Amino acid sequence: MSNKMATREAYGKKLAMLGETTDIIVMDADLSGSTKTGEFAKKFPGRFINTGIAEGNMMSTAAGIATTGKTVFASSFAMFAAGRAFEQIRNSICYPKLNVKIGATHAGISVGEDGATHQSIEDIALMRSVPNMVVLSPVDQYETYAVLDAAVKYDGPVYIRLARLPIENIYDENYTFEIGKSHTLADGNDVTIIATGIMVGAALQAVNMLKEQGINARLINMASIKPIDKDAIIKAAKETKAIVTVEEHSIIGGLGSAVCEVLCECEPVKVKRIGVEDRFGQSGKPELLFEEYGLTAENIVKQTKILLNK
Amino acid sequence: MDNKQLMLHAANIRKNILTAVHAPKSGHPGGSLSVCDLLTLLYFEVMNVDPKNPTSSSRDRFVLSKGHAAPALYSTLAERGFFPTDDLCNFRKFGSILQGHPVMYVPGVDVATGSLGQGISAANGMAIAGKLDKSDYRVYTVLGDGECQEGQVWEAAMFAGHYKLDNLCAFVDHNHLQIDGKVEDVMNPTPIDEKFKAFGWNVLTCDGHDFDQLRKAVNSAKSYIGKPTVVILNTVKGKGVSFMENQVNWHGSAPNDEQYKQAIDEIEQYIKTLGGAL
Ligand SMILES: Cc1ncc(C[n+]2csc(CCOP(=O)(O)OP(=O)(O)O)c2C)c(N)n1
Ligand SMILES: [Mg+2]
Repeated sequence: MSNKMATREAYGKKLAMLGETTDIIVMDADLSGSTKTGEFAKKFPGRFINTGIAEGNMMSTAAGIATTGKTVFASSFAMFAAGRAFEQIRNSICYPKLNVKIGATHAGISVGEDGATHQSIEDIALMRSVPNMVVLSPVDQYETYAVLDAAVKYDGPVYIRLARLPIENIYDENYTFEIGKSHTLADGNDVTIIATGIMVGAALQAVNMLKEQGINARLINMASIKPIDKDAIIKAAKETKAIVTVEEHSIIGGLGSAVCEVLCECEPVKVKRIGVEDRFGQSGKPELLFEEYGLTAENIVKQTKILLNK
Repeated sequence: MDNKQLMLHAANIRKNILTAVHAPKSGHPGGSLSVCDLLTLLYFEVMNVDPKNPTSSSRDRFVLSKGHAAPALYSTLAERGFFPTDDLCNFRKFGSILQGHPVMYVPGVDVATGSLGQGISAANGMAIAGKLDKSDYRVYTVLGDGECQEGQVWEAAMFAGHYKLDNLCAFVDHNHLQIDGKVEDVMNPTPIDEKFKAFGWNVLTCDGHDFDQLRKAVNSAKSYIGKPTVVILNTVKGKGVSFMENQVNWHGSAPNDEQYKQAIDEIEQYIKTLGGAL
């Protein structure tokens, strides 16, 4: 259980498994080595389509394929999927609610050395603003597998946010996932931390550190960012009175914003959003970037205590 | 500048490219090595640039549309004196100005690139602004052949043809490789020359590693009136390092210590055959 895998790697492995049991089509735009769709391409060359470096064209082509009743996975870096091809996703895929799943790898600053041009910190904001889009952000290998199972079962567009960095497994093969449902990883009534994607690991660490300091934090893994698990958020607000959100994304428009939208209409409580604070990423090793941008267990602990006046 | 001097500069730049990607164990050597002879000619002979005044409004402009070849651009700028060569060791490292893809705060970088297909449009913008200002600077840009799969490249090609941007000279680094394999197998963009021709460009082809041919092409672009020029460069990805040449896996991976040493030795050998360092 303690082995490490990047969620992009899990995406590639799971696609290759799904290829056996379903008739999915997988598309890529010259990044099959990095998005890990290469494994599917090798096993099922007849169902793999490489558009070359042409992400906009890939998305609208995927839409066209989906109109014939097929399920399509279109893959690229989050930057070039959600970013470059935003309007194609909106108008060709989401407006007609077509069955295209977007596998968006290399999300967030943990891309590392490539730098800001390749570090997508806006994709959750972009994707969740489009009607009909489902936005999922798994933490580890097993959650990625479960998220892909759910995405295949669901009829309509799904954006799946994946990371480049290998991540310690939190779940195991028995984990199940349902769109619109969160998973509570730790119980506590002093404060709730809601995290998504690869930040769940740091949040889990923070929960343990807080416990040692006498603060019992609840931890919710919000892999389903849209639809979001409103009930769990409202319940947490009622029971713990304070909420910290953690994401590898801009604090504008991402998980933190989505949680606040629920809270301010239904159950206003104090909130601290931890994420990239309205600035671009930069080159560097992921660990150093996490440090610089405050995406560490230590900073989650610090911010939580400030929020609780402790 | 005589060819031998250019060759020596290019050899230094090649060494620096390798040093730059070896230091962080990250970056793109293949497409940097294929474009580095062109950059040498542009920065040491053709372009009106001044390392002491890198933002002069009358300077010629350069846009690295294939921004992942940042090691080539940074190494060329360092060799030309825009910043110390030692800085290249900090490429891609946290806190360094030498970001993984070109950024405007690096002295000599005219615009940020890295998302393929966008640089040529930015070059168009610089060229049309030059026309509006009646300024006589010239704009140079280089694209990858894989990059030519982006639709935006052809929107930009149409634009430059439409506005007769004869102050613009584009290059396509036709090394026949991208990430997923041979350009012709992944998504064939050829014939590239005919496409540019159809969009109203003056089209030239030459060996991208031959300074005489490069010089001739650039000069003929300069004197061509009424159309933008594109030069299709026949190049070898990984040029100058035997084990990297024409190998797709050297697109985006850095040499280990042993490979690095071998590559540097090879280039130093070559410098000796040229009669020694500058
Ligand atoms: C819009 C966009 N999509 C994808 C990428 C990722 N990427 C970086 S380099 C590259 C391949 C480029 O091939 P080519 O243009 O032939 O470059 P060269 O062979 O000269 O290195 C890709 C797909 C990117 N940088 N930008
Ligand atoms: Mg190429």
